Amino acid sequence: MKQISGNKLLVNALKEEGVEVLFGYPGACTIDISDELYRQNEISVVLPRHEQALVHEADAYARTTGKTGVCLVTSGPGATNLVTGLATANYDSVPLVCFTGQVPRHLIGNDAFQEVDIVGITRSITKYGVTVRNRADLGRIIKEAFYIARTGRPGPVLVDLPKDVMAEAGPAEYPKTVNIRGYKPSSGIHIGQLKRALKLLQKAKKPLFLAGGGVNIARANQVFTQVVERTGVPVVTTIMGRGAISTRHPLFVGNLGMHGSYAANMAVSNCDLLFSIGTRFNDRITGRFREFAPHAQIIHIDIDTASISKNIHVDIPIVADAMEALTRMNEYLQENHSHHSSRWPSEIQAWKKEHPLTMRPNSRLSPMDIIQEINQQFEKSILVTDVGQHQMLVTQYAEITEGKQLITSGGLGTMGYGLPGAIGAQIGNPDTPVISVSGDGGMQMNIQELATAVLEELPVIVCIFNNEYLGMVRQWQNLFYGKRYGMTNLKAGALSRRTDRTEYPEYTPDFVRLAESYGAKGIRVTKKEEITAAFQAAKENTKAPTVIEFLIDPDEMVYPMIKPGGTLEDMILC
Amino acid sequence: MKKRWISLYVENQVGVLSKISGLFSGKSYNLDSLTVGTTEDPTVSRMTIATVSDDETFEQIKKQLNRMVEVIKVIDFTDIFVRMKEILYVKVRSCSLADKTELFQIAETFKARVIDYGRDSLLLEFVQTAAKNDAVVQLMKESFRDIEVVRGGSVGIESISIMEK
Repeated sequence: MKQISGNKLLVNALKEEGVEVLFGYPGACTIDISDELYRQNEISVVLPRHEQALVHEADAYARTTGKTGVCLVTSGPGATNLVTGLATANYDSVPLVCFTGQVPRHLIGNDAFQEVDIVGITRSITKYGVTVRNRADLGRIIKEAFYIARTGRPGPVLVDLPKDVMAEAGPAEYPKTVNIRGYKPSSGIHIGQLKRALKLLQKAKKPLFLAGGGVNIARANQVFTQVVERTGVPVVTTIMGRGAISTRHPLFVGNLGMHGSYAANMAVSNCDLLFSIGTRFNDRITGRFREFAPHAQIIHIDIDTASISKNIHVDIPIVADAMEALTRMNEYLQENHSHHSSRWPSEIQAWKKEHPLTMRPNSRLSPMDIIQEINQQFEKSILVTDVGQHQMLVTQYAEITEGKQLITSGGLGTMGYGLPGAIGAQIGNPDTPVISVSGDGGMQMNIQELATAVLEELPVIVCIFNNEYLGMVRQWQNLFYGKRYGMTNLKAGALSRRTDRTEYPEYTPDFVRLAESYGAKGIRVTKKEEITAAFQAAKENTKAPTVIEFLIDPDEMVYPMIKPGGTLEDMILC
Repeated sequence: MKKRWISLYVENQVGVLSKISGLFSGKSYNLDSLTVGTTEDPTVSRMTIATVSDDETFEQIKKQLNRMVEVIKVIDFTDIFVRMKEILYVKVRSCSLADKTELFQIAETFKARVIDYGRDSLLLEFVQTAAKNDAVVQLMKESFRDIEVVRGGSVGIESISIMEK
């Protein structure tokens, strides 16, 4: 029987799995794998500048392509730098397979150089994690890792590779099939439950669809739209579900939740049936759990049984993949046509008119104007956000129509996701315009990735909403903490301490010059009239990233806002 | 809130115990007792877990356990007949003769065994339900000054014929 090293088997396995891109950062424990990858051309290797950014890049690549993102990092610090990215991917159900180097088996537990128990560290933030202890198990474990990552509710899988295991010669075969006795992702759907749910939907006077990220992950947008059109039932989405149906669709109401639209939150609070698909009922969308959708019976379709009835009591639980469920619903509705007709949609329209999503006019530069310009200038495109005020504004104002995609760190809320997210998305979608929006805070958490973007010749358009503050926390301080801006002023330091907060230096860094120093194009926009030209210039810069810094008034706020711990009807309005 | 029992079949692998116990600590579930041992199949371990929780939390616990890759099967002992016992050792020191007599009576009453004997100390072994062991520990604490207690945690298995719950 043919024998090959573990390193060779790993690279063969990646090819078998159809991996086209690997995001890798080298180190002592993975140098042999780097060498194997160097000697082949099928898998292209991207070298980011930091492992945290690396895993976000693989994550965004996976979110925007539907393929599994693959990471390779070394042991110790290389592995621990994955932690935030793994938790991000775990929360947002992103399929990743992350290979970490590990010290040779005889040194494990020895406090060896660059040794950490990464499987232990990441146990609660991965779908599955395992150290390969025998060369004979390597092929099976890699096969299982890819299978676990992409099936059921997708998620990150970590495979820890001791250096000596990888060097050892062993079987060359890569298994064709998987059989894990403890892991049988649910397939199919309970048709009886689904029919009961649809009967409730037909009887309801004020029904409402709630679509979460699960609809987007299942890529069930088209069939969902058909179901919505057949039933005539209005739709609200979570931020992860935005784009489940075109945001321009007449039945789309808006996002619900802490920064949801008035009409969407009112619709949830007044509906008598909430038909939810692929959402976790996270506290940011429900407000106070017990007062969420107080008049509604709740139907919940989700692939993950543990997401059902976790936060919100559900009347009809249905465990199924969103695509499977919606396809079955669509078939059923074809035969049992019943279009919803009542005053309910016009009630929702009235709420929309009463308090439309808007921002107060600002003589300087309004984030709303910038996002609307993005809406107009880009048809097919991928929008990536960082985390904070700008993120909520993008989820409010970005039009996600057919062919557009919005990706954002929704569950974990990871600052620093924006730029690497854009890079991963662009690598996976070389022909689609990718626009990221970050705050000046989040931008600096992974700004080193400008180098990766320049070297990979990625024409990403990186927007920075620079308000010189950590805006979302500042917003809370403005509203609930007597405008005491502790720790949120990004110009604060020795000078402001010395002068009792009366003097501040010039803002650091100069983003335009910084971008230029990396070899990217840098543009600063201070006035509304300059927005269009900036995006046009960015579009013409097709072989390198463009950084557009927008100077934003720190007093810009995100409204509506549910007070922390409040109910959905208790909104602070613009 | 009430005490409930779960039996788990899990992969007999490194880190599985840590993963299960980590679920309880990470999600703030009560973990009253956990025992683990291998089964007739050396690749499979079986755990018996006791938790004090409300109905909703208990449902969540079962779902969370079920979705773990390493968990092969979750059995809820709530509504099925099971045989369940716990081993308890009580060492009583500084015993007078009267104490020893009393301890032999306790042993007889509770069907315990006196498994070791010293000049002024006795070692008793109880194999009974955890609730009865609770009562024994309470009694021993009240009756004797110098005791040492170690408990094994309950192990349970489904009954063949319907017997005790």
